[in-house]
Amino acid sequence: MKKELICIICPRGCRLAVDISNDNIEVSGNGCKRGKDYGIGECTNPMRTVTSSVRLTDGKGMVSVKTSKPIKKADVFEVMDVIRNANATAPIKIGDILIENVCGCDIIATGEVD
Amino acid sequence: MVKFDLVVIGGGPAGMAAACSAYDRGVGSVAIIEREENLGGILKQCIHNGFGLHKLGEELTGPEYAAHYVKMVKERNITVFCETMVMSVSKDKIVTAQNRNGILQISSKAIIIACGCRERSKGALNIAGTRPSGIYSAGTAQKIINHFGYSVGKKAVILGSGDIGLIMARRMTLEGAKVEAVCEVMPYSGGLQRNIQQCLNDFQIPLYLSHTVVEIHGKDRVEGVTISEVDESRKPIAGTERYIECDTLLLSVGLIPENELARACGIDIDPVTGGAVVNNRCETCISGIFACGNALQVHDLVDYVSDEAETAGRFAAEYILNVNHKISKQLNTFAGNGVRYVLPHKIDANDKDDVTLYFRVSKPFGKVKMIVSDGNKHLSEVIRLSCAPGEMEKVTVKNDLIKSACENITISVEEQ
Repeated sequence: MKKELICIICPRGCRLAVDISNDNIEVSGNGCKRGKDYGIGECTNPMRTVTSSVRLTDGKGMVSVKTSKPIKKADVFEVMDVIRNANATAPIKIGDILIENVCGCDIIATGEVD
Repeated sequence: MVKFDLVVIGGGPAGMAAACSAYDRGVGSVAIIEREENLGGILKQCIHNGFGLHKLGEELTGPEYAAHYVKMVKERNITVFCETMVMSVSKDKIVTAQNRNGILQISSKAIIIACGCRERSKGALNIAGTRPSGIYSAGTAQKIINHFGYSVGKKAVILGSGDIGLIMARRMTLEGAKVEAVCEVMPYSGGLQRNIQQCLNDFQIPLYLSHTVVEIHGKDRVEGVTISEVDESRKPIAGTERYIECDTLLLSVGLIPENELARACGIDIDPVTGGAVVNNRCETCISGIFACGNALQVHDLVDYVSDEAETAGRFAAEYILNVNHKISKQLNTFAGNGVRYVLPHKIDANDKDDVTLYFRVSKPFGKVKMIVSDGNKHLSEVIRLSCAPGEMEKVTVKNDLIKSACENITISVEEQ
């Protein structure tokens, strides 16, 4: 089976051609090695980093967050449900873990709140 | 009157990088004037990732990228005025600003304009129909959702497929809204291919190319929009209208460099970019006033904003410190076949560095050769497998070729 993909690893957006046969996956059109890994991953186990924001308990708006590593694409909405219902309390530093162990990752702060 | 060697207007990614770059080159007193509460500019609300791959070698979110530069500013002895709005800039480099304490006048040796850009509004589009609530520019919706934490609607149509529109399609979907369609009046998207993949295709959001919104319905709140296919001259085609029920319309229809200060000061503006006319030092037609970032040209990657701002900061420093400032032989650049604009507009042939030309193609191309020519010889040639207006291109010309080039140089693309 042949598939065409756009690599999402960097803004260059290489057009990948992926050829899947039995247990071998060939990727072409990639500008770098990461594109090959992306092409294979996208056909076997697609992963995404999720970014969102978490409500602050003192009513002072939101703090931006991301998953500590890419998660399974199929788990994106489950992670979003957890993030949407969570709260965080200042002070917060970039990298602080705000929610532990959701679908195999942590939710960490990407912004600072004094 | 307060005195600073350098005043940087705007504390976003361009302003912060420019200020640090000038400071590191020996400018003693540097001030950044920022109208918002904190440094960081638009990056503060761009909570998605994909920033910094070129410049910092790692993939960051907008707030993280901003934090990197905020830290750099704080580590240096740079004065920051937040919640301060610049009202005017004069040719003799006096900056007039105001904040809660009143009017502030700063005399300076050089100024860097790094005010960024703003969104084109609905008024500029002339869409027929009613004027209910539920119509937002995409960036405003981004701020309301990401920064204030409110939902903007449950069912949305997005007009315009620039990157902000695409990012917001995903963001609203993740927050539980249904994005019914993204309409793009052009036959191609203005956004990055990767964003079409990860923001639309990942969530099966349809992208209708050569389509626009022709009517907005609803009295108090948006109830729906009528979309229509458009012909080659972007005129709606009768009979192709379709009603889509929605409570929200997001507009992602272009960014306009913010240059009221520059215009009022008498700085020449390029009608195509909306930014100042500059030389390879990012210097405007007024000696000692520089421009960079989205105020100079709308970028798609912040990494290149930081690069450009460092150039502006470096040459502002050289201007202030009286290094290398006589321009004796100047080249002019022109957008040739298949090119919409090129920056810088002028090149000082006596500078010691290679010169990078930044430009956008006028329509999507397959394989092309990008040629920089002075009319007699090719100064640089690059092959690209594909290119599109949504992706800024750059070509570097070697310094020895700049030195020997004739006065007018043109960049053009040839289909292969």
